[in-house]
This record gives sequence, C-alpha cells and structure tokens, in this order.
Amino acid sequence: MGKISYTKTAYDNLDDFVYAHAVHPVTLKNGISIGGGTMYPEVNFTLPTMLVNEGTFPEVINIYKEIATGISERANILQVPGFVAEIELLPQTTFVPKWGIEIAKVVNDIIKENEAKTGTKGAVRQTPVDIREGRELEHMWHGKHWDSVLETFEGSAKAGTELLAIESIGGKYVHDEGLMYADIEKVIFSYATLGCPDMERLWTEIVRIADENDVVAAGDTACGFANTSMVLADGKMIPEVFAAIDRVCSAVRTLVAVQVGAKGPDKDCGYEGVYLKAITGTPISMEGRIAAVAHLSHVGNVAISLADLWSNESIQHIKLLAAYSEVCSFEQLAYDCRLMNEGTKRGKDTALLLRDLNADTDSPINATAYILRPDIVLEISKELVKVEDNYFKRTKAAAMLAADALRKGYDAGRLALSDKEVKQLDKIRKTIDSITEDEQEFVKNGIAKTKALRPEVYDLA
Amino acid sequence: MSDILEKISLAIQEGEEDEVLEHVDEALGEGISAQKILDEGLLHGMGIVGERFTSGDAFVPEVMSAADALNGATAVLKEKFIEEGVTSTGKAVIATVNGDLHDIGKNLVKLMLEANGFEVFDLGTDVKQESIVQAAKDNNADIIALSALLTTTMAEMGNVVKAIEEAGIRDQVKILIGGSPITQGFADEIGADGTASNAAAAADLAKQLI
Repeated sequence: MGKISYTKTAYDNLDDFVYAHAVHPVTLKNGISIGGGTMYPEVNFTLPTMLVNEGTFPEVINIYKEIATGISERANILQVPGFVAEIELLPQTTFVPKWGIEIAKVVNDIIKENEAKTGTKGAVRQTPVDIREGRELEHMWHGKHWDSVLETFEGSAKAGTELLAIESIGGKYVHDEGLMYADIEKVIFSYATLGCPDMERLWTEIVRIADENDVVAAGDTACGFANTSMVLADGKMIPEVFAAIDRVCSAVRTLVAVQVGAKGPDKDCGYEGVYLKAITGTPISMEGRIAAVAHLSHVGNVAISLADLWSNESIQHIKLLAAYSEVCSFEQLAYDCRLMNEGTKRGKDTALLLRDLNADTDSPINATAYILRPDIVLEISKELVKVEDNYFKRTKAAAMLAADALRKGYDAGRLALSDKEVKQLDKIRKTIDSITEDEQEFVKNGIAKTKALRPEVYDLA
Repeated sequence: MSDILEKISLAIQEGEEDEVLEHVDEALGEGISAQKILDEGLLHGMGIVGERFTSGDAFVPEVMSAADALNGATAVLKEKFIEEGVTSTGKAVIATVNGDLHDIGKNLVKLMLEANGFEVFDLGTDVKQESIVQAAKDNNADIIALSALLTTTMAEMGNVVKAIEEAGIRDQVKILIGGSPITQGFADEIGADGTASNAAAAADLAKQLI
C-alpha cells in the first residue's frame, strides 16, 4: 500500500475525543474491540534479576509460564472483559530470535488455553527490542541486526501473537546528543531526517509480516526519544518545556507507522499516541499512575483521558504479599478500567467528566501533562495536519505549535512554570524560528554538526 | 585570583569555549603555569557549574557546554601539562555492560567525572568484560564505572568484577556501579566499591575512593 497522508484530524468535536473510543477500533480474532467502547488492561512484565543465556533459558521459560498463568487466573477472578499481555523482549531474546519466539509461544498458548477453558478473552502483544545499534551494526535496513528483528516478528506472528509492536530507535543517538545540549534543532533533525525515514522502512516490513500472518501491525513509541527526554526533565536535568516540545515533535515520527499501514493500538509508553489518535483515529495504549512501578512521571492521571488500553509499562517478576508483582499490577489496571468503563456506561457526560478530571489534575503543574490535555492535543493536531506532509516541515511545525501552546497556557494561568522554565521556553522558541526553511541546507547542517551520526548506515553518506 | 584566571572561570561557567581559549592563551602569555590555569581557572569554573547543577540551578546542557569548553582548553594545554608534570584527578574507564544497550545514564556519569577533572575512557554500550579489563589495564585506570538498566544485565556486573579479580588488577581499581535497578546491597553482594543515586553523586564518590 502507499503512504497515507493525513490532512485533517479524525475528530472535529472535542466531545467525541475520549478514552475507550477510537474512530477506527481494532477488533481481534476473539472479539476484543480495542477502541470500540471498552477500556481493557494491558499488562507488561519483565524478568527478575538474572542472566539470560543458554543455561538459564529453561528457567526463563518457566518464569514466563508462571507470569502468563498468574495473569490469566487473576483475569478470571476479576471477570475482566478482556486483556492484553505485552511481552517486551530483552536484547538477548531478540539477538537470538528463536528465544523471543519461544517466549511468545508459551505466553500465548497459556492465555489462549485459559480463554478456551473459561471464556476470559486475552491477547498477546509481542515487542522485540530494536537491536539495530552498536559498533557491529552494518546498516539500519539490512544485515544481521535487521534480519534478527524481522525474524522475531515473523516467528512471533506465526506463534500466535496477535499484536506486533516495537520501540524503534532510528535516529536515537542523534536525539540523545540533542538532549544533552537541549538542542531542539538536533532533535528535529533526529526525527525528520533519520527517524521518520527509518520508520517508513521498518513499518512497511512489519505491516507486510502482519498481513501475511493475519495479525495486527499495532504501533511504535518514542520511548528512546521523548521518554528519555521526559525522564531527564523529571530529574530536573533538562527543562520540562523541552521535554514537552520534544513529545509533540515525536508524534510526527510515531505517526509514520500508521501512514504505512499499522492499525493500532499504539504502544503504551508512546505518550505521543494521543496525537496519533487525534490525527488517524487509531486506538492507543497509554500508561500512567499504575506505571509508577516502572518510572516516575507527572502524567499519571492525564494519560488515561484518551487511553483505549491501560498499561503498567513494566514490572519485574518478584513475589509480593498478595501475589507476584505483575499479577498485582494487573489487578490495579483492571480496577482503573472498571471505573472508566462504568463512566462510559453512564453516558457521555460522565465519560467526559472522568476524562477531564483526570486531565485537569495533572495538566496545570507540568508542561508534558499540559500538552497531553485532550483539548490541547486536538488544537495542535488540527494545526499540524494543515502543514505540508513532509517530515521536516511537520516536525518543525510540531515544535513551534507546542512551544506556542505552552506559552499561551502559561500566559493564561493554565500552566505553572518556573522563571527558569519560561526563560528556556523563550530560548527554544527563538531557536525554532532561526531554523532554515530550506530542507537540504537543514540536512547538510545536521550531518555536519552531529557527532553521534554514522551517515552511511542511513544511506546519507 | 588574578583577573585572567577569573575570566577563564567565568567563561567556563558560561560554556563559551572560544572565550576560554582566548583567555587561556592570554594567561600563558602572562607566564601563569598550566597547573594554575587548570586549578584556579578551568576547574574553579567547572566546580561552580557542578555546584549549580547539584543544587538544581543549572541543567545538564549548561554542564555539557562548560565541559566542552574545559575539554577544548585541556587539549590546548596538553603539551604544557606534560612539561609541568600536571596530572588529572584520576583515570576512569566507563561502560554499559554486555547485553545492555542503554547509555544516557552512563553518559551523564562520564560528563560529571570529566567535570571533576577525571580523564575518562568511554567504551560505549554492550561491552564485553574482557574489553573492560583490557581498557583498565591499558590506561592504568583508577576507576571502573559500570552501568546497567535491565534486571537481566545487572548480574553481568558481578561477572565483570570477577574478571577484574582474575586479571589481578582488583587492588589497583575502584569499581562503581549504577543504573535504575542497582542498590547498595547489590553492590556489596557482587563486591563493587559503591553506587550512587545520580551522576553528580557518582563523581563525588569516585573522588572519595581514589
């Protein structure tokens, strides 16, 4: 298929832009309809402290069996309407695709056996690690790293995992360099010149694999990009306004997956998914307060306002008083979903009240929370899609629109920012203004100024 | 402090590399020793930036610009340092361990070590234990700093500690470990010399240990 160009948002009216409802829901083989009116929990987990190698792999498999069994049993007890279990593979289990595939198979088999036995609907999202980095990387789009990622997808799809996702990293090292200097021009370069073209290549392949195996190409996330930025900002290491602007820029990159055929649900840690939902109408997974087990954030409540799946990000498998940690985390997600679904059941006014209560509790005190507000998301998205569908132009416009929205929010007293942050916001805005309109010149400057770039692996040499 | 050393310190604080180099040249012209330029100009300025960062008054990008200016000046002064026998605070080898591809935390620690006058040899991410041991030997390292973000790669840190012991250099180096899942208890368990909760604290710990 060709690349879809979005020139208008999927939503006109803010009142239609709400959690659990997407314009284009994704319906799984067992009938779970993500974005079709019900919010489902999406639980994620990782291994405890241990080495993963040939010798320990049988133990690894046993732990994944224990996890899948524990979650399925808790899902039965809580009578959830359905759930998704996400396997975020580790580097070792993507470098050796047969390991990642075996993990997918055992988790999926247990969840499907439980479904057949009890009627509790479950599905698996398989997320290989994007291992295309390091000194041994030959090229982003061919060579052993590329082959291992695609082999893991292919094998996992054949093993029954119905949703395929990845936290892709094209341009990440250049983005990291941009973060260390709070250099918005370099961040835009990392997305527009490196990340977006990489997404086109990678997601075209993932969509092909999904189509051939009758599964769903779900979505990507700016985890290695805007999440790094957000975590650094939360640690007061870079300005929070920078992280917020970065988040909106990242939406242009994450959107590419859908432009080349992904259907959603977008990946949980991609907080920019709200922009994806606004523009494309695809469902999204989000993480917030229940993800406190994985990292600090200032967006614990606002993140649920537009979520279709509700996730915990990740938790390491350890025994707690009640049960294993991932089972406890799953239970918390299930209760949040119950509450939100009751809101939907009581009618639009209640759902909108729940949406806005969650948004309003976070957004006045943090820049990222502010740009995740449904009204701000829709406002920025409507302007963004008016810009020519060109990665450079849209990413630069995203930065500008985000900076202006933050300034407007601050001026109106809707967003509190320290003097230091306001100074940084003005500085970033001036830098955006100073970026050339000439894309060729922009790319040439970007290549010349970036230490972390190996242009040849992106065919830019 | 002389005017010119104060100017060097201020230019470092502002991260203005060109200005720093200009003032360093001026200071050398005035006959000020490279040691004095380093201690009372460059590292003085860097110390203030480090304090501002620790107290939350500066962001990482400001520290980065100051560190770049410092590195630019020390490159210019290299010959003078050799002539005068000036040495760095210490030598540190830093790496993210085998199997782990995360590097932001490592980069922040590297930055803070450099800001504190360490000569840092950055081996990158996903580094095998034999490469870490070899780099420590080749560079006569005082510190080996190891990073891991995953629960499945932190155990590799224990293997690196063992490899350092087996290579017979354990008593010559101090081993620092860091990353989200790392605790002091884990550091003690694998025989590392310590861990810290953030990059600035890691650099302070490195200084204390050598």
